[in-house]
Amino acid sequence: MNNEKLIELRSISKSYDGEKVLRSIDLDIHKKEFVTLLGPSGCGKTTTLRIIAGFENPDEGEVIFEGKKINEIPPYKRHINTVFQRYALFPNLNVYENIAFGLRLKKLSDEEIKQRVSEMLALVNLKGFEKRDVTSLSGGQQQRVAIARALINKPEVLLLDEPLGALDLKLRKDMQVELKRMQRQTGITFVYVTHDQEEALSMSDTVVVMANGEIQQIGTPEKIYNEPENAFVADFIGESNIVNGTMIKDYLVSFAGQTFTCEDAGFAPGEPVDVVVRPEDIDIVPVENCMLTGKVTSVTFKGDYYEIIVDIDNFKWMIETTDRVKPGQTIGISIDPYEIQVMKKSEFSGMFGDYSTFSDEMEHLSELPAEDAE
Amino acid sequence: MTATVKKSRRSLTAAPHIVWAILFIIAPLIFVAVYSFTASDGSFTFENFAALGDYTDAFVRSASYSLIATFICLLIGYPLAYAISNAAPKMQRILIMMVMLPMWINFLIRTYAIMKILEDTGIINTVLQAIFGEEFELHMINTPGAVIFGMVYDYLPYMVLPIYTVLQKLDPKLSEAAADLGCNKVQTLFKVTLPLSVSGIVSGITMVFVPSISTFYISQKLGGGQYLLIGDAIETAFGNTTTYNIGASMSLVLMIIVLLSTAIMNRFDKSENEGGAIV
Repeated sequence: MNNEKLIELRSISKSYDGEKVLRSIDLDIHKKEFVTLLGPSGCGKTTTLRIIAGFENPDEGEVIFEGKKINEIPPYKRHINTVFQRYALFPNLNVYENIAFGLRLKKLSDEEIKQRVSEMLALVNLKGFEKRDVTSLSGGQQQRVAIARALINKPEVLLLDEPLGALDLKLRKDMQVELKRMQRQTGITFVYVTHDQEEALSMSDTVVVMANGEIQQIGTPEKIYNEPENAFVADFIGESNIVNGTMIKDYLVSFAGQTFTCEDAGFAPGEPVDVVVRPEDIDIVPVENCMLTGKVTSVTFKGDYYEIIVDIDNFKWMIETTDRVKPGQTIGISIDPYEIQVMKKSEFSGMFGDYSTFSDEMEHLSELPAEDAE
Repeated sequence: MTATVKKSRRSLTAAPHIVWAILFIIAPLIFVAVYSFTASDGSFTFENFAALGDYTDAFVRSASYSLIATFICLLIGYPLAYAISNAAPKMQRILIMMVMLPMWINFLIRTYAIMKILEDTGIINTVLQAIFGEEFELHMINTPGAVIFGMVYDYLPYMVLPIYTVLQKLDPKLSEAAADLGCNKVQTLFKVTLPLSVSGIVSGITMVFVPSISTFYISQKLGGGQYLLIGDAIETAFGNTTTYNIGASMSLVLMIIVLLSTAIMNRFDKSENEGGAIV
């Protein structure tokens, strides 16, 4: 990754049937970067991808590629290739011809096509599959053909639209590692769309969190996780306790009836804020020397830790701990200054971060790969 | 429930269909075969097939007219089906309705209507004469062109519908993938859409060619009886009890021609069971 800008989106807006799906998106994508657009279905991530590919035209704003505006350039003239959500392989062609499709259009010689197809088959670990019928392949194999078919054209950018959505968990993990390897090996910029936060965190150089057609935060995976900018980002990435607080002055914030030192500054004195504390960053301490006390309402064994829900000042907190506690027990907790993340109030304040209605079942339901209705 | 009971139940429910098939499909076929190999007194003979030589012209004419009509139907039908499948969903329903609408009207009435339109004193000539003067006349009726026009008009929906069905089911992502890999609109049509709609084209061709080659009445009305088609010859033969046997042999030969051409067509369609069915 370097700092040379490859794609710039400038104030992109898009509506379908009067409904705004993108509201003034600004985004820079750099050369050799692995960028992930992350968000729930309907957040506009797929539309953003389709605008970069040229399948959709933005209502407003500019798409800039290597410094030139490309709004009017049709998809077939852009140096961009796409891996589609459900692969979109040509069912009438075998693996070899699917991969060779782009090169045949460029009228390359048979020898060159043959050589480049075999390079691609090696890259995606499908050697010996040349003559196979694409409809006879498994989902993972079709996925690899789709990637090879796109990469063989040596695009400047590869767009991937939830490419692992249809694969099972084990295969998904393997493909994540492989995609990252392919990206490093080819040096091509990847723009990856997913609703899976773990996928986004483990693969990307840059994560772009989207919701309601707007970009909520752009940053490295660490920054997105450790310093979320608003309640939506904090909640969408990992588990978080989000409570109302007041900034007393720089480096001093009050919440849950107590005052805490923190590492945040730049807020107005007395400004209402959202405070995020990750469940794994909360320490359980003896009641005598604690900052807050709370009553344990539930304990769930998770293998290498316990997930406990604690009622502190009528707000349900989630804590991940290796200490054994019992439901009904009163415990003391302590939070280190660097574990407290203070955020400005946003439209998402109060919507997330309270575990009073939390149940594991609900959480699993919401993690099901939703059919993207974008 | 044991497998045999299940099986016998299943064949029991199929009984009405089997009876139907025997009565109306198999029995007539046997009659046709028997008649074609017997003389009017019931004795076995090949005479009927020897006599077919007199009808060579009619066979050749039927085959060539129906091939031309099928080709024209394909030329008009494919672009039409393509355009309809690319229209907005609501518009698609209206357009398909318009394609099917003529099929609601009786075949004979439609043919009469075409006759009235193409006549020397018909609508077209009346309009042309109003524009270019009294002496102007475009002679259309009673020509081979009029007969082929009639076939195209009558059977065009059978070309459009199966092609439309296949095109409409094509994943739009495939066209996007083609565009993504460097195809412009024309290349996408020829490299992706067309190869993937072969099954629709094959059933369209079959569904137009088969009724065209055996058609009757169209030529009598639009060709003025000058261009004998095999369908008309069969009709005439069965109009007289003494020529039943030769009519049967003509039917049998026609049936074999149709079966052969269908078999040849199906070789082009590698993807079995994929759309292309009658709507």
